[in-house]
Amino acid sequence: MDVIAILADATRSALGPVAALYALAAIGLNIHFGYTGLLNFGQVAFMLVGAYGVAVPVAVYGGPLWLGVLVGLALAVVLALLLGVPTLRLRADYLAIATIAAGEVLRIVFNAGFAQPVTGGVFGLSQFAGPFYAANPVPPGAYGLGPLVFGNRDVWVMIVGWGAVALATVGVFLLVRSPWGRVLRGVREDEDAVRSIGKNVFGYKMQSLVLGGVLGGAGGILLAVDAQAVTPNTFNPVVTFYLYTLVILGGAGTVLGPVLGSVVFWFLLSFADSALRQAIGAGYIPPQVIDPADVGALRFALVGLGLMLLLVFRPAGILGNRAEMRLGAGGSGVRRRRLPRATRKPVEGASR
Amino acid sequence: MRHLMVLLLLVVAALLTPSAAAAAQDGEAVGGTLRGPDGEPVAGVTIRVERAGQEIATATSGPDGRWRAAVPAPGDYDVTLDTGTLPDALTLREPDAATLRAVTIRPGQQRTVLFPIVSAADPAPGGAPGLPPAPSGPGSAAVLAQLTLAGIKFGAIIAITAIGLSLIFGTTHLINFAHGELVTIGAMAAFFLNAATIGPGWDLIPSALVAIAIGALVGAVLERALWRPLRIRGTGRIQLFIISIGLSLLLRHLLLVIFGSRPRPYTDYVIQRAVVIGPIAITPRDLVITVLSIVVLVAVGLMLLRTRIGKAMRAVSDDRELAEASGVDAARVDLYVWALGGGLAALGGVLFGLSEVVSWDMGFRLLLLMFAAVILGGLGSAFGAMVGGLVVGLIAQLSTAWFPVELQNAWALGLLILVLLVRPQGVFGRAERIG
Repeated sequence: MDVIAILADATRSALGPVAALYALAAIGLNIHFGYTGLLNFGQVAFMLVGAYGVAVPVAVYGGPLWLGVLVGLALAVVLALLLGVPTLRLRADYLAIATIAAGEVLRIVFNAGFAQPVTGGVFGLSQFAGPFYAANPVPPGAYGLGPLVFGNRDVWVMIVGWGAVALATVGVFLLVRSPWGRVLRGVREDEDAVRSIGKNVFGYKMQSLVLGGVLGGAGGILLAVDAQAVTPNTFNPVVTFYLYTLVILGGAGTVLGPVLGSVVFWFLLSFADSALRQAIGAGYIPPQVIDPADVGALRFALVGLGLMLLLVFRPAGILGNRAEMRLGAGGSGVRRRRLPRATRKPVEGASR
Repeated sequence: MRHLMVLLLLVVAALLTPSAAAAAQDGEAVGGTLRGPDGEPVAGVTIRVERAGQEIATATSGPDGRWRAAVPAPGDYDVTLDTGTLPDALTLREPDAATLRAVTIRPGQQRTVLFPIVSAADPAPGGAPGLPPAPSGPGSAAVLAQLTLAGIKFGAIIAITAIGLSLIFGTTHLINFAHGELVTIGAMAAFFLNAATIGPGWDLIPSALVAIAIGALVGAVLERALWRPLRIRGTGRIQLFIISIGLSLLLRHLLLVIFGSRPRPYTDYVIQRAVVIGPIAITPRDLVITVLSIVVLVAVGLMLLRTRIGKAMRAVSDDRELAEASGVDAARVDLYVWALGGGLAALGGVLFGLSEVVSWDMGFRLLLLMFAAVILGGLGSAFGAMVGGLVVGLIAQLSTAWFPVELQNAWALGLLILVLLVRPQGVFGRAERIG
């Protein structure tokens, strides 16, 4: 077993373009779920419209790439409004089902034969991000340390991707410390209380949905540009589950949580993948027990197991603070109001 | 070693691109067996699958005459037999039938198509005594009758699986995202007993009975080993919901490892001749599935209405505190609800696998339709789930009379969203504050 190679694989995907674009979409989801308590299970739909927003104008209509990026972001805003106006009044778990269904409807429609002239149907669209790579200022060559190397193409995507992540993180940091951010957290903790002091709860939820949706769209744009290809089946509901896993892993309702979550998530995922493959290759695990072809599926199983364990044992994630983010307490209809620990002292004489 | 490492990295990189996520090689395909006039297999014949003039896949018949071409998604495809590759002594019975236009492949379907082959020496007389022309044209009464029947069958399967989902929500307030995997577990248990090479090769009916028992057991074990301890810990409702998503991912991909990605059918009742009743044609298999599903639905309904445990289930689902105060053992009811839900999901899985094919993600594909059924009928109501399931099945099937087949599930999900907006408590649900 080549431990160095495994670590190099894991680090490569922890820092690579995919981790960056998941971090971006997860920052958006964190605004929805972590700060506002919106159980949006259709984040992948925002990525889908972002990705197709950039692909269709360029690949089908021959427009410039910058226009595609603008279209992608604009479509994310439109989707947020379309999705939000009717569904934001629903209870949290109903919202989850409505948004996941909306995402699936979009995926099915983009897949359909009649949409093929525009979306390319099941084959999707490809080769539309040429100008982005033509503008690559990084000279050709390999960059990195020892076995951990990135091509200049990846380095360029990573600069843009992580740059966008940094911008989004700073933006979220400033926003959540503002009075606006305090109202958002108020909505998460107790909608009725916020309403009772005269705030327009629906408006705040909508602003949160649009903002997080645009970040999801940006993640989708980055995905489309990185892969130079989009197909509807890339955007299946599992992507949203991944995003939830990494938001909760890092710590929902924290500024750096989604970024840290994405890096750790992709590191662990490819570490497990690479280690399993090497162990099989070196004969430590006989192929009768785990077939190399099953490693991909086992990774997904591990994500599921990890998600369960996280929520059972550490629902606040790596950075989260249990008192700050009480999963399942806010907006779920059945509210359990726990007093802060300090005030829970037993009353004199009332001991059991 | 260096080459090996590069190769390894390439494999890893390929797996890391998100497009390599699930939904890959499973799913839809078209295939068949080519046989000559005497029933002997015809090998080495090329068949092309096209869509909108674009070639999607090709297949060549094997030594046993079988061929199979996977297609990327449900939809309408043109399937062409390359007559140039037929042995000289053979020809197609109808020369203009070398291309079958607009062969409809439904989600998850393994569509079988036929190319009648005759000896070149004695081609069929003009206007071969083939089948009467198939009814066609949107809205024709025969097509609607046929689709209604298909919708009732599909809807009854959804209804059977959705009852458990709805009752589990009613009694424990858990939105069980892993319910689809109970469906798959049932279908696979029956597959193992019925068709797996290492299995005992039982007939499908005893296999199905055992599968139902396994499904009920899995449901009961999940309740006692996972959900009940978590509820006692005071785990929040949203937390439980996301845990069930994790469980769904875990179970689904373990099943994928065990079963493999290739969908496979049961060995019994696969190929049957359709019985024509008036305007509709139905295979005995589909007739049995439909009738059996409806009988099961009625039986479950009677159980809920008449038996003690059924009444207790409805009572706990209605108002847990009140039921407990009246002396109902709610924890025991939870256990029975999970066992009932698991058993029904397993039965639904066997029926779904029989009417289509057994695959690792069949339950997950059904899950959103189950949610649509449950929400349509009102979360927590078993009777609502039954009616909702039938409506969803009918809408999915009937929509194909006017709209492309690949959209059939989109209509059902669209209905789900619409109901949530207009009447979130469901058509039969009791009004309560949802917002």
